[in-house]
Amino acid sequence: MSKARILFQDGKIFEAEANLNDKTVMGELVFNTAMTGYQEILTDPSYASQIVIMTYPLIGNYGIDRDFAESAKIQAQGFIIKENAETALDGKQCLSDYLAENEILCLSNIDTRKLTKIIRSTGSKNCLITTEQITEKHRKMLADYVFPKNIVETVSEKKTEKFEAIGKQIANFALIDYGVKNSIVKSLREAGAAVTVYPYNVSSKTILGGNFDAVMLSNGPGDPKDVDITKVKELLGKIAIFGICLGNQIAALAVGADTFKMKFGHRGANHPVINTKSGKVLITSQNHGYAVNAETLPADTEITYLNINDNTVEGFEHKNIPLKCVQFHPEAAPGPEDAKIIFKEWINFACREGKNA
Amino acid sequence: MPKDPTIKKVIVIGSGPIIIGQAAEFDYAGTQACKSLREEGIEVVLLNSNPATIMTDDNVADRVYLQPLNIEALEYIIERERPDGILAAIGGQTGLNLVTQAYKKGILEKSKVRILGTSIDAIQKAEDRESFKNLMLEIGEPVAKSEILEDIESAVVFAQKIGYPIVIRPAFTLAGTGGGIAYNEEELRQIMYNGLAASPIGQVLAEESVAGWKEIEYEVMRDANDTAITVCNMENIDPVGIHTGDSIVVAPSQTLSDKDYQKLRAASLKIIRALKIEGGCNVQFAFNPKNSEYVVIEVNPRVSRSSALASKAAGYPIAKVTAKIAIGMNLHEIPNYVTGKTKASFEPALDYVVVKIPKWPFDKFGYADRRLGTQMKATGEVMAIDRTFESAFLKALICLEGTVIGFRSKKHEQLTQQELINKLKIADDERIYAISSALRRNMSVEELHKITQIDKWFLYKFENIINTERQLKTEEFSIELLKKVEGMGFTDDEICSLSGKPKFYIDTLRRAHGIYPVHKMVDTCAAEFEAQTPYYYSTYEDDDENIYSDKEKVIVIGSGPIRIGQGIEFDYCSVHAIQGIKDNGYESIIINNNPETVSTDFDIADKLYFEPLFIEDVSNVIRQELPKGVILQFGGQTALNLAPKLLKRGVQILGTSVESINVAEDRKRFEMLLKELKIKQPKSTAVTKTEEALKAASKIGYPILLRPSYVTGGRAMKVVYNDKELISYMREAVQISPEYPVAVDQYIEGKEFEVDMVCDKSDILIPGITEHIERAGVHSGDSFCVYPPRTLSETVIKKALDFSKKIAKALQVIGLMNIQFIAKDDDVYVIEVNPRASRTVPIMSKVTKVPMVKLAVNIMFSKSLKSHGFGVGLLPETKLVAVKAPVFSFQKLPEVDVALNAEMKSTGEVLGIDSSYEKALIKAFMAAGTTFAENGIVIVSVREKDMAESLPVVKKLQELGFTIAASDENEKYYSQNAISVKKIDKNDLKSIAEKIKSGEIKMIYNLPEKDGNPKAPDFKLRELSAIYKLPCFTCTDTIKEYLKALEYKRQNPVLDYKTIEEYM
Repeated sequence: MSKARILFQDGKIFEAEANLNDKTVMGELVFNTAMTGYQEILTDPSYASQIVIMTYPLIGNYGIDRDFAESAKIQAQGFIIKENAETALDGKQCLSDYLAENEILCLSNIDTRKLTKIIRSTGSKNCLITTEQITEKHRKMLADYVFPKNIVETVSEKKTEKFEAIGKQIANFALIDYGVKNSIVKSLREAGAAVTVYPYNVSSKTILGGNFDAVMLSNGPGDPKDVDITKVKELLGKIAIFGICLGNQIAALAVGADTFKMKFGHRGANHPVINTKSGKVLITSQNHGYAVNAETLPADTEITYLNINDNTVEGFEHKNIPLKCVQFHPEAAPGPEDAKIIFKEWINFACREGKNA
Repeated sequence: MPKDPTIKKVIVIGSGPIIIGQAAEFDYAGTQACKSLREEGIEVVLLNSNPATIMTDDNVADRVYLQPLNIEALEYIIERERPDGILAAIGGQTGLNLVTQAYKKGILEKSKVRILGTSIDAIQKAEDRESFKNLMLEIGEPVAKSEILEDIESAVVFAQKIGYPIVIRPAFTLAGTGGGIAYNEEELRQIMYNGLAASPIGQVLAEESVAGWKEIEYEVMRDANDTAITVCNMENIDPVGIHTGDSIVVAPSQTLSDKDYQKLRAASLKIIRALKIEGGCNVQFAFNPKNSEYVVIEVNPRVSRSSALASKAAGYPIAKVTAKIAIGMNLHEIPNYVTGKTKASFEPALDYVVVKIPKWPFDKFGYADRRLGTQMKATGEVMAIDRTFESAFLKALICLEGTVIGFRSKKHEQLTQQELINKLKIADDERIYAISSALRRNMSVEELHKITQIDKWFLYKFENIINTERQLKTEEFSIELLKKVEGMGFTDDEICSLSGKPKFYIDTLRRAHGIYPVHKMVDTCAAEFEAQTPYYYSTYEDDDENIYSDKEKVIVIGSGPIRIGQGIEFDYCSVHAIQGIKDNGYESIIINNNPETVSTDFDIADKLYFEPLFIEDVSNVIRQELPKGVILQFGGQTALNLAPKLLKRGVQILGTSVESINVAEDRKRFEMLLKELKIKQPKSTAVTKTEEALKAASKIGYPILLRPSYVTGGRAMKVVYNDKELISYMREAVQISPEYPVAVDQYIEGKEFEVDMVCDKSDILIPGITEHIERAGVHSGDSFCVYPPRTLSETVIKKALDFSKKIAKALQVIGLMNIQFIAKDDDVYVIEVNPRASRTVPIMSKVTKVPMVKLAVNIMFSKSLKSHGFGVGLLPETKLVAVKAPVFSFQKLPEVDVALNAEMKSTGEVLGIDSSYEKALIKAFMAAGTTFAENGIVIVSVREKDMAESLPVVKKLQELGFTIAASDENEKYYSQNAISVKKIDKNDLKSIAEKIKSGEIKMIYNLPEKDGNPKAPDFKLRELSAIYKLPCFTCTDTIKEYLKALEYKRQNPVLDYKTIEEYM
């Protein structure tokens, strides 16, 4: 094993072991507290251009399963863990091989809790990880680094694809792919929706002309303000709109609310949210660095879910037009499936309200 | 909903005496629950019979009833206290059963007492196998194919239908008592027989065996708002088939994918919702890793041992939150006490690995059946935390305080290949060492997996430890290697022994390169939020998050896992010591590793270190904290054993000096001291040959007590009265272990009594004297004892006081000391001195209201005994009488002899309190679960020598209306002495068992010729008494008192159930 280093913007350097020999990457350093689901995390397009620290120390224990992938490849820019198990269940690939195959730099044998605490106290940061000795070159690279503004474009599907409902079709959904996780499409299909996945730059006309019951704004990476929201504005009130994660933020911007960058975001599988109407609590899977500013939500919208830990907006809906969004991930993967019922609710809502819009 | 304002007063039910399967975890749960309720302004009334607990302390509840956990007591207390609600879910199965009984009898309804938290309905649904199974089918959760059975033949038919192996689980029993796995018809018949007997309703569940599947547990919580969360999941390293209490358990699960983790989580939450549990609940699954199939094994609708483990493992206080839920609060309204910022309605994220290993009593009962199955055998457990599995595992092994210093056992290293393979096939407490030996002999993980069915992930980890061992043995020693092995949890002792490097070498490298562990926090959230809790574990990483205050600190060393002879009483003392340290204005720090206890609750001490009580780990804490001193005298022998090592490292030990401890513990030095003080001691010497023994006997004079220094095959102490008996004993003892000497002690057939005292340099305070009911020869821990003494003369008491003063002065005791005496006529002999807290300290503190531990701590901080206002010398008695009764777990330990001798066997104790001896005695027997029969058969089987002594007892039995049944010599003797005896055949166990079951036989009075031989008919008889919970007396002194109690009870005395103060 070779050595690797993490370089922070303030010049701090930490050493670790590396899985590859010759690699340098940069990205936003974030941590995830889920104790299982490393493969789902690695392949979630929302992690594009991010370097992910897993706070759970033993990673890779059960190997890699093709069915767990949330997209076709590893999307995270880099991976930082305490220990790579190098084991797998019978007949499965081990994490090390998977990382190598995807040429993803993975740092291990490092005090991940220490890194997590740095992020907790100073906020998510850009950093550079490299197998090289840190020199002025790296410092300059990092100083010049900007998180890619076009990140959604890089992860969105380039072509349109239609998926049949699993079981009886109840509804017909369009989905705008800002970096969608397979599980969202799968959850919709399982709940009875046929889903047509469109690239991020699909026009509102295409959507409205597609005889859909609703459109889903998917999750995805980066700052929602880097995404063009014109098309979503055009769709408002004309079709039922649902949003998850980045989709939620885009919808919020479209109705005139504002979003902000959180200190270090929510990434984990244990976030409690309360349904403001029913008073019921759900444990949710989350992965976001931006959030909707509650105070900026217009009067004709209503907050539907709040995070119990920090009171941030976890979902909202419109009082007058069919629009419902959540910040968390009802499709889970990884994480608890408490909120999976939302897909069913949305599909029923779309059938009821969508076309009347 | 916020707290229900109509609940103003709550009665909390404890779990009673410690038995295998129900231990200190319920003291932890109960104490938390009481505190949690009082925090909300609720008045708390507590009922528990176990005096060694913290929960029965005055300051835990508003009123404490140290009374039997039975319907009469509960009804009486409810009548007098009129509580608004009753909390049943934190007192284990015992508490639950009592409340269920009260509910069924209409007592709760009559007094308008609401059951708080989970309803009785829900509890019954979860506990009754049939209704549980139906509910699971209803909600679509898979369960193993099973049938409820009430006779053996239908079990055979069922087995023919679904095939072997078959698991038998008796309904309504503790820790699966009486159950097992049957691989063929013969075994099935035997297990069914035991199982039906063990179940109070004569019902068992026979089910398809999923042995070999993974066993996974989820600790879940639900509130009335239907919010349900997982606190922690756990994976048993041992596959299904071994009781989870006997399994090595790791948290969180290691080998489940997210999909499988969530699948089981979702199932758990579905179940807890279907059952409408309000509070904590444990769900156990069998999971087939080959196809992700699972079945629900069991649900415990209450806090449990697993919930205590999960609370400590995750930093989430399940019992505390359960209590809040019980009074109407919801999870999202209850704070997360660790972060102080977030709420209880989240799921802890761990960023470390937790390993729990059970502590079994086999080091004590070397002859007991060590095999593990569905019946729990462990008395306690240890937990270790680290950032790697290897280290958490190795730390946990060290926590067990065995002789090992690493993952190696000499015994297993010496086995032949075939012996080793045989060992691997048997799931017993030592299998883990068989695995390490096999790996050391290059057996492959595949092969081991095939034999043991342990998941390969764990086996790879074990292999990693062995490979690293090899590195240490063969590679050039380097800093990198040292860092690696430290990260994996190797002890310095092990590193030295493997690498051949001397200790100073390792020490030098550490110093030069700063290789020391750091301490990290258990914070429930994987560092996502800033945490307030000072709950730490050590690890070899970069960042030390320990916050060192500039206050002066004092460290208390805890007592580790609960074991026979070192139980919960030392945790009581440790907790009191912590409070005492705080009261003196110092920062209190505790080091301990028992997840079940109150002392390891993170809000007890100012700082908690969850570490092995091993010198290296303890030193690492001390090196960082730089305490004013360390207190050892409350942590039992475990803590005291550290004394010389700490002293060598220059650590200040508060209280009695190490030198004085040495004098008390070194036989020769102590003998000399007593001689100088002119205090008598039974004469004693050690021999290895029969001739030597005879010589010693003639010098000492008969009777003499023989004690082998190494006990095997149940051969323990024996009192011999002549040369013939001596020769016979020696022949056997010497044959067994010629290299170990036998102690020859003068046996003084007198009254045994003991005193616990607090001492400063000039005075001693003895709150009271306890007198043993059984004569010398029965271990003090297994004796009934009574406070105040009933038969000791004034002269004897005076002498004891005088001796105590002299010994305290000579040993310069600062703090607590316990002395055991024997009085024969007016002669007083000292038999044992313990310069530390003893088993009886909690009892004496409670019945005399002298906070002994706190006084001891104050004295360590230079306060004088006199200044406390409790007086000095022996305190005057009050009207209160207290009788302590031992409680045993023989049901769980086949092959351990029920007959009492000098080897301690009890796992717990209860206290009977009243203002008359007879009433206190009745209560003690009732609390211990001993029934009082009206009439029926008593089997009497008494050794020839003691027949004469037994005669008055047998006469009394007859007088009380019992039918005497005896055989052979006994039958002849009693018949000749005007007793009508029913002749029985002791070898016909089957018909005896039938008669016990049918209720004809009520009691056994057995003084065995020789104890410990499992093949003897008497042994079988005693075993039956354990199986059927029949009163069985193996010492004449006990049965005499029992008959006194029984006779008095027949006069229908009015028993009242009040607090200690009211009897004083």
